[in-house]
Amino acid sequence: MPQEVYQHTFDNGLTLLAERMEHVRSAALNFLVPAGCAYDPEPHRSIASVLSDLITRGAGNRDSRELSLALDNLGMDRDESVGTLHTRFWGATLARNLPAALDIYADIIRRPHLPEEEIDAVKALALQDLQGLEDEPRHKVMIELRRLHYPPPLGQDRRGTEEGIASLTADVVRKHYRRLFTPRGTIVSVAGNIEWAALRDQIGRLFGDWTAPEPPTLTLGQTTTHRAHLEKETTQTQIGIAYPSVPITHPDYYAAIGAVNVLSGGMSARLFTEVREKRGLCYAVSASYSGFKERASVICYAGTTNERAQETLDVTLGELMRLQDGIEPEEVERVQAGLKSSLIMQEESTSSRAGTLASDWYYLGRVRSFDEIKSAIDGLTPGGITEHLRRYPAKGFTIVTLGPKALQTDE
Amino acid sequence: MPFHTHRLANGLQIIAETIPSARSMSLGFFVRTGSRDETAEVSGVSHFLEHMVFKGTPRRSALDVNRDFDRIGAHYNAFTSEENTVFYAAILPEYMAQAVDILADILRPSLRGEDFDVEKNVIIEEIGMYEDQPMWSAYDNAKRVYFADHPLGNSILGTVASIKALTPEQMRAYFERRYVAPNVTVVGAGNFDWDGLVSLIEKHCGGWIAGPVGRQGIREAPGSGRFEVMAKPKVTQEHVLLISPGPAADSPLRHAADTLALALGDDSGSRLYWALVDPGFAESADASFHDYEGTGSFYTSFSCDPEQTEENLAIVSDVLAGVQEEGITDEELNQAKSKILSRVVRSSERSMGRMQAIGMSWTYLGKYRSVDEELAAFDAVTLGKVREVLDRYPLTQTTTFALGPLEKVARK
Repeated sequence: MPQEVYQHTFDNGLTLLAERMEHVRSAALNFLVPAGCAYDPEPHRSIASVLSDLITRGAGNRDSRELSLALDNLGMDRDESVGTLHTRFWGATLARNLPAALDIYADIIRRPHLPEEEIDAVKALALQDLQGLEDEPRHKVMIELRRLHYPPPLGQDRRGTEEGIASLTADVVRKHYRRLFTPRGTIVSVAGNIEWAALRDQIGRLFGDWTAPEPPTLTLGQTTTHRAHLEKETTQTQIGIAYPSVPITHPDYYAAIGAVNVLSGGMSARLFTEVREKRGLCYAVSASYSGFKERASVICYAGTTNERAQETLDVTLGELMRLQDGIEPEEVERVQAGLKSSLIMQEESTSSRAGTLASDWYYLGRVRSFDEIKSAIDGLTPGGITEHLRRYPAKGFTIVTLGPKALQTDE
Repeated sequence: MPFHTHRLANGLQIIAETIPSARSMSLGFFVRTGSRDETAEVSGVSHFLEHMVFKGTPRRSALDVNRDFDRIGAHYNAFTSEENTVFYAAILPEYMAQAVDILADILRPSLRGEDFDVEKNVIIEEIGMYEDQPMWSAYDNAKRVYFADHPLGNSILGTVASIKALTPEQMRAYFERRYVAPNVTVVGAGNFDWDGLVSLIEKHCGGWIAGPVGRQGIREAPGSGRFEVMAKPKVTQEHVLLISPGPAADSPLRHAADTLALALGDDSGSRLYWALVDPGFAESADASFHDYEGTGSFYTSFSCDPEQTEENLAIVSDVLAGVQEEGITDEELNQAKSKILSRVVRSSERSMGRMQAIGMSWTYLGKYRSVDEELAAFDAVTLGKVREVLDRYPLTQTTTFALGPLEKVARK
């Protein structure tokens, strides 16, 4: 079945993307606003997070409760989340409820009340969210890993700092909203059983006259250290490892994805086999690709009991570095099968299609077709992947551990 | 969508829903066994066995199992609950024969001694991982306290001691008793040929040994009513659970109970949301309904700054008492129904979602329910039905468990 993908960029810079999926009854929407936590100004760290909570507490002619009720009555499952570069509004429901939902999202994004009387509650939640991290060691170690690995402010976490949260007032949050929420760079994507012409007209009506200042740009600083140990009396030691890879625009991109999947693409992949299946060192071990437009990384995680932590780290690093020594054709065939099957199964999820449309547009300025991706996957070879790894070997590790005892982390 | 069913001579049941518009198909082997079917000596054996199933057969090493699944690009895994152990894979339809070949093969595992020893470590790691997650730990302990001597209080993972003491012989005996053909249901959903599936299952599973099936101790659990605090000085937040009784999985009140739980504690727009989260008193608050064979329960939980625990507990008790007294409103009922409608439809768009739904329906009700029947059952929930749930299963009949830095928590 051919894909039906549509795109329109309005004069104010807002881009609408849509995929019509006739075989489903639902629709998912996704707004990416370039207002992520990397833009949190000092001393107001956590401001994007606080804004993403406050922004749904009343908008347009509805107060907080009326807004929540209106979305609930449309059966919207929804989430507002803050990433490094974007604030994301995600929602999904029956396709027939989508137009009414879009009207409400236009209010949230363009006409939020950001009420003074709610700021203390939102700040209290932000503080608990930050403190709650202490009870989630796996999250904690991965946040610290990103913070050390990427040049600031790219590794910044949305939860910010206690001082940052304390510094916020409704006025400060409103100013931040006015500076960051702008149509230029905002991407709206919709996937499901939708009609394109009607959708484009509605988005034009709701957002076409939206004007706002140009979005700010980021200035990157320098990374300082690449090692850290967070001391905590836990049952397990948490290990996070990161090293550079190539971004999605790079000609080596698919080879890099192939390499990560040889490491961690399925249960027969290298890390799971060597660390867990052969040695029983841990329950969870994995590697994944994580990218920005201009830079990307491979991010690895392992959690293991303290006595076995050093061996787990050593075996894991060994596997990362050994990859460039050679890859079996069989391994590449398995990676290809896995990637192709995921690609096809995406078509059963309006949410993942809506997400992919937006991220393709953000990274590439276009939406890749299934055929394009499929042929890139078919083009993977053991030689191609190892050549890539020799050009971009696993090195320059950032290593963060959390547990009762620090580990030996020399490369 | 067309529904199909067939029983092999040895008692193994096959059910399927064929969905011509689907891109994929999902297959599940549902074994009706879990932690409630364990004795104390073998605590954790169901879950450990679930791991061992992936460790190979006379035809396949552990690595072969993973490789064969990955070769066909399968999304596969397994889970163990109190009552079910389910092995499943989502695949492209062209790989149905290979997927059946692997799944049917691994369901007759070798349980080799050396694999058993390596996997023991993995299980102990998994126990350690959960120990470091206080909310999970609170849930497991709260269940133990609530169910007291009822088998649903058994831990799914077991303890480090029970896992260390387990022998391959004990596991084999458990396997031979619980994995007999009549205790297994093969469930398919998606785009595939039904007759083709039946002949593949017949070929691979027709020789499985039959045997008696059953489950001891099916009865209602009213809950111990206890109030316990477990002090964990290194934990940052206080994690609190309140459990109260509910209808069983085959009860006609099940849909009303689900709807009530959603109105009470969904993550947006629910009573608990407005009472605890919106004002910033607790970072999360949640209510959910879990149904089991013979009984059910409502779980209400929140995590917060330890200093606010007692106040929050008083708020939650008020919310529960208020709903018990007054019920929910018409507006809340409709809001909950709208959410359920959207969630059921969206989950049914994936073959994996349908496979799990029809598998569970068959396991607990012995019958098939189409998406439309499921939606109609929720649509038929009235305030009267919700009242009936509350009258028979009071939300205020709680067992309370708190885990966190506090030494004690006062009951108000």
